[in-house]
Amino acid sequence: MIEFQLDPASGVATYLQLVQQVHQALRLGMLEPGDQLPTAQQVVAKLAINPNTVLKAYRDLEREGLVRARPGMGTFVVQTLPGRDEVALARFLSQMSKLLLAARAAGLDSDDIEAIYRTAIRNVFAEGVA
Amino acid sequence: MTAVLETMGLGKQYGRRWALHDCTLSIPAGNVVGLVGPNGAGKTTMLQLAVGLLAPTTGSIAVLGDAPASSPAQLGKVGFVAQDTPAYARLSIAQHLHMGSWLNPDWDDEVATQRIDQLGLDPKQRAGSLSGGQRAQLALTLAIAKRPELLLLDEPVASLDPLARREFLQSLMEVVAEHGVSVVLSSHLVSDLERVCDYLVVLVDSHVRVAGEVSELLASHHRLSGLRRNPSTLPANQEVIEQSHTDKQSTLLVRTEEPILDPNWTVTPITFEDLVLAYMSQARDTKHLGRPALGVVS
Repeated sequence: MIEFQLDPASGVATYLQLVQQVHQALRLGMLEPGDQLPTAQQVVAKLAINPNTVLKAYRDLEREGLVRARPGMGTFVVQTLPGRDEVALARFLSQMSKLLLAARAAGLDSDDIEAIYRTAIRNVFAEGVA
Repeated sequence: MTAVLETMGLGKQYGRRWALHDCTLSIPAGNVVGLVGPNGAGKTTMLQLAVGLLAPTTGSIAVLGDAPASSPAQLGKVGFVAQDTPAYARLSIAQHLHMGSWLNPDWDDEVATQRIDQLGLDPKQRAGSLSGGQRAQLALTLAIAKRPELLLLDEPVASLDPLARREFLQSLMEVVAEHGVSVVLSSHLVSDLERVCDYLVVLVDSHVRVAGEVSELLASHHRLSGLRRNPSTLPANQEVIEQSHTDKQSTLLVRTEEPILDPNWTVTPITFEDLVLAYMSQARDTKHLGRPALGVVS
């Protein structure tokens, strides 16, 4: 069973933090099909958050087809997420570094780059994750 | 869905002063409602009206469909934890539970004793020797064991240390998860409310400033920043809640159900704390009252 943590300073909605942590656990193999997610009661007992928040996160995961709620039993993982492709990550990191060096050479400082980065993220992942 | 708390033009006057004025609310069941506002805003008055400890001067209030304290059955459906979680200092925990079972027809002794056991408290201990956190837990136990449909709590965690506060809120959320009880909780600790509340009521200067589902409120409020501009030139569907201007720049917090299309604005989402503070400072800006600041404790 996994345990959720919250980062109140992240600005990410609580239910999304829970969803993201399940995604992460699936990618890392900490959760596999058949595993049970903590019950809403267990989560709220630890994090002191509204149980509806937990249920909302689980509904989202269910809609994605990753988990299924079995009435009276709990919520179980039914599908896993493919792990991240380490080679692709490394390649992307080196491309990104080259891009950043070029930006610096062009006279941009880290604040400029961060602003551009945020705009680009917003454009690419148009679904507003706030 | 039925409303757990419904008020129409509700007001309470003490002498010349209105502790609560023209308050109209309809709070649906199944929510954990955060009632926020500075000290003296009317939070306690609102809760005491809801329990029936006070009678309204004007307007009406219905709790779970009936007038507060109108019948023993109605009283049985509402659990109340008063400010500073009072208990009888000379009575033991067991005596408190015994009294609870005598006074409440639907008393659930199993829930009560189990909770005291879980908290690691000795039933023989007198309430007067409990710590603040333990006393708060005892008060919550008494309110829960009567099996209410609605729990009203007046600043239950204000005087507790951070650990006791977290433990209290954990217990409260466990109760919500287990029994599906609706909760109205007054507090000025925004970070606590942010974790537990899905419905917000901001009360300032005896008036309700804003009320609604937290997720809807957060989705309909935005911070806009851009070149200085007169807010009266904004589209009619954008209500300005808060504004600040420098010689070049304007920063606004607006409420609108429509998307913001003007490309001259940089639009950023707001946090729960931004939302609460904006409505509270709006009141101060318009009335120039030196209200005590809102505490933010993490």
